[in-house]
Amino acid sequence: MTPPDHTATAPTPTAMDPRRAMDRRDLAWYVDRAAQALVFVGGISAIIFILGIFVFVTKEGFDFVFGSLDVGEFFTSIAWRPTSNNPTYGALALMVGTASVTGFAMLFSVPLSLGAALYIAEFATGKTREALKILVEMLAAIPSVVWGFVGMSIMNPLIIETFDVPLGLGVLNAGLILGLMAAPIMTTIAEDALKAVPDTYREAAEALGATRWEVIRKVVIPASRNGLLAAVLLGVGRGFGETMAVLMASGHAINIPTSPFDSVRALTATIASELGDTVTGGNHWGALFTLGILLFVVTFVINLTADIVVRGIRKK
Amino acid sequence: MVDGSPALDGSGALGGSPALDVAAAPATVNAGTGPLYGEPPIIEVRDLTIAYDGQPALRDISLDIFRHEIFGIIGPANSGKTSFLRALNRMDGFNPGMDVRGSIRLNGKDVNDWRNVYALRSRIGVVFPLPVGLPLTVYDNVAFSPRLRGIRKKVDLDEVVERCLTRAALWDEVKDRLDSLGSLLSGGQQQRLTIARALSQEPELLLLDEFSIAVDPVTTMRIEDVLRELRSELTIVLVTNLVQQARRLADRTAFFLMGEMLDIGVTEDLFEGKVTDERTTGYIEGRYG
Ligand SMILES: Nc1ncnc2c1ncn2[C@@H]1O[C@H](COP(=O)(O)OP(=O)(O)OP(=O)(O)O)[C@@H](O)[C@H]1O
Ligand SMILES: [Mg+2]
Repeated sequence: MTPPDHTATAPTPTAMDPRRAMDRRDLAWYVDRAAQALVFVGGISAIIFILGIFVFVTKEGFDFVFGSLDVGEFFTSIAWRPTSNNPTYGALALMVGTASVTGFAMLFSVPLSLGAALYIAEFATGKTREALKILVEMLAAIPSVVWGFVGMSIMNPLIIETFDVPLGLGVLNAGLILGLMAAPIMTTIAEDALKAVPDTYREAAEALGATRWEVIRKVVIPASRNGLLAAVLLGVGRGFGETMAVLMASGHAINIPTSPFDSVRALTATIASELGDTVTGGNHWGALFTLGILLFVVTFVINLTADIVVRGIRKK
Repeated sequence: MVDGSPALDGSGALGGSPALDVAAAPATVNAGTGPLYGEPPIIEVRDLTIAYDGQPALRDISLDIFRHEIFGIIGPANSGKTSFLRALNRMDGFNPGMDVRGSIRLNGKDVNDWRNVYALRSRIGVVFPLPVGLPLTVYDNVAFSPRLRGIRKKVDLDEVVERCLTRAALWDEVKDRLDSLGSLLSGGQQQRLTIARALSQEPELLLLDEFSIAVDPVTTMRIEDVLRELRSELTIVLVTNLVQQARRLADRTAFFLMGEMLDIGVTEDLFEGKVTDERTTGYIEGRYG
């Protein structure tokens, strides 16, 4: 008897794909490498673009910030008089304007959007659900100038009539418009976050005797907390950066508001309306870019806070 | 093929198989912790038919389940075992395509007559085949149901959590990590966590659906011991794909096949070949399914 030949039963190299058998780099290997490289470039370029914009904005504002800017005046004075013979650059009213409009917008838009998201994700079924989703997405597609137009020609007379005030362009109007503009994106993202919670959780909680609302409050919302927070912050960012609609609906008057009907002026709207009339490289130009830096920094801080908060939640 | 079953012949007009259920209740009345066959059943199922989007999954099931009984349900995949459990605690409300006909009575009251379905469900504990840890800590998972019932005091909750985890044979392993996420436990531990959670409802009926799928044999044996002890306090419906597990645990067992109940009887009788349908023995002996 010959000793058993173990190699005889092992698959011969020719039995499998010869390229694999010979440890050669085949097409799939190269495709994999190429795809990795491509995705890497995509990711990196996003970072490069953001850095690029930041560098550009800072560079333009730099001379002004370190040359003629009176920092105290910038943050504490409401006198934004860039075109006067004796120009002053107090941006306090602009900051308050942006903050009040965004804040007001979020005040009613966050509950509205989260409520809509909850309804779509947890209660609506079948056709209702699909119809609502499409409608919300259509809302997101309305250009901001159209929203501004709505603010000027529909909301304005409505506010004047309802509240018996002389002017309907102000915090209330711009806040409502901004809130409506931010709602679709918040709703969509929040709905995605809620839908990402596996149904098995809902089923398990219902089997324990929890009502629908208890399931939502004690299981679904805690489980989707990060996504919901992201939705809200995206909404804040949307409101914060919006320009055209705010320009049209806020009254665009430099003013520290004391009532929701007061006109205000936003940082973004100021840049948009004045940049075209400035001398490139001049002080006014530099001051507008300083406003840009401010917007950039605030957005950055919001996102960073969000990140830290989300991380904190995750750790817990 | 099932229509040809001799056990069901002749009873078709009645829409059920009364010969199978009532006769199956053993005449003996066990003393102490055994099943209370002499008393009215806790669950009475009559002509239960379940369909998903018009496709029948379970046909004309009639059976009784008695207090303090471990009632086993065996049968191959797709035979409607899970569907049966879902109908018992009205989880059909969760799935619009699921249509339940016939009647299920819990303590003599039709489950569809409950005005508060959540109250009904809170009296029935369910353990799913794969552990579903809620995205909460170990502690909060077990305290979930007591909190729903309005228990708020920390000492009371602590007591419930420890008692339920101990009964589910998990306390020793997790007592130092009650605050970590339930989902970080091992699969077998998570399954015992869901058992602890079901026990925290203080249910009168416990439904177990193939609970040992994700559990190692040693832990399975420990849980089986726990179930045997629990029988003195509650009634257990045990769906299992391990025929021997039914033999070890169940007082009576039903055999489901393709949406029909082919056999029901005292577990030992079935395993000794006293069956109404040959296919039951075939399945038990592993020739089938
Ligand atoms: N949610 C559902 N939607 C549609 N059909 C379903 C659903 N759940 C179960 N079914 C169908 O019902 C039938 C019985 O399924 P069921 O889950 O009750 O079987 P089972 O006996 O529990 O099987 P297994 O041992 O594999 O768990 C199957 O044909 C299945 O496709
Ligand atoms: Mg099943």
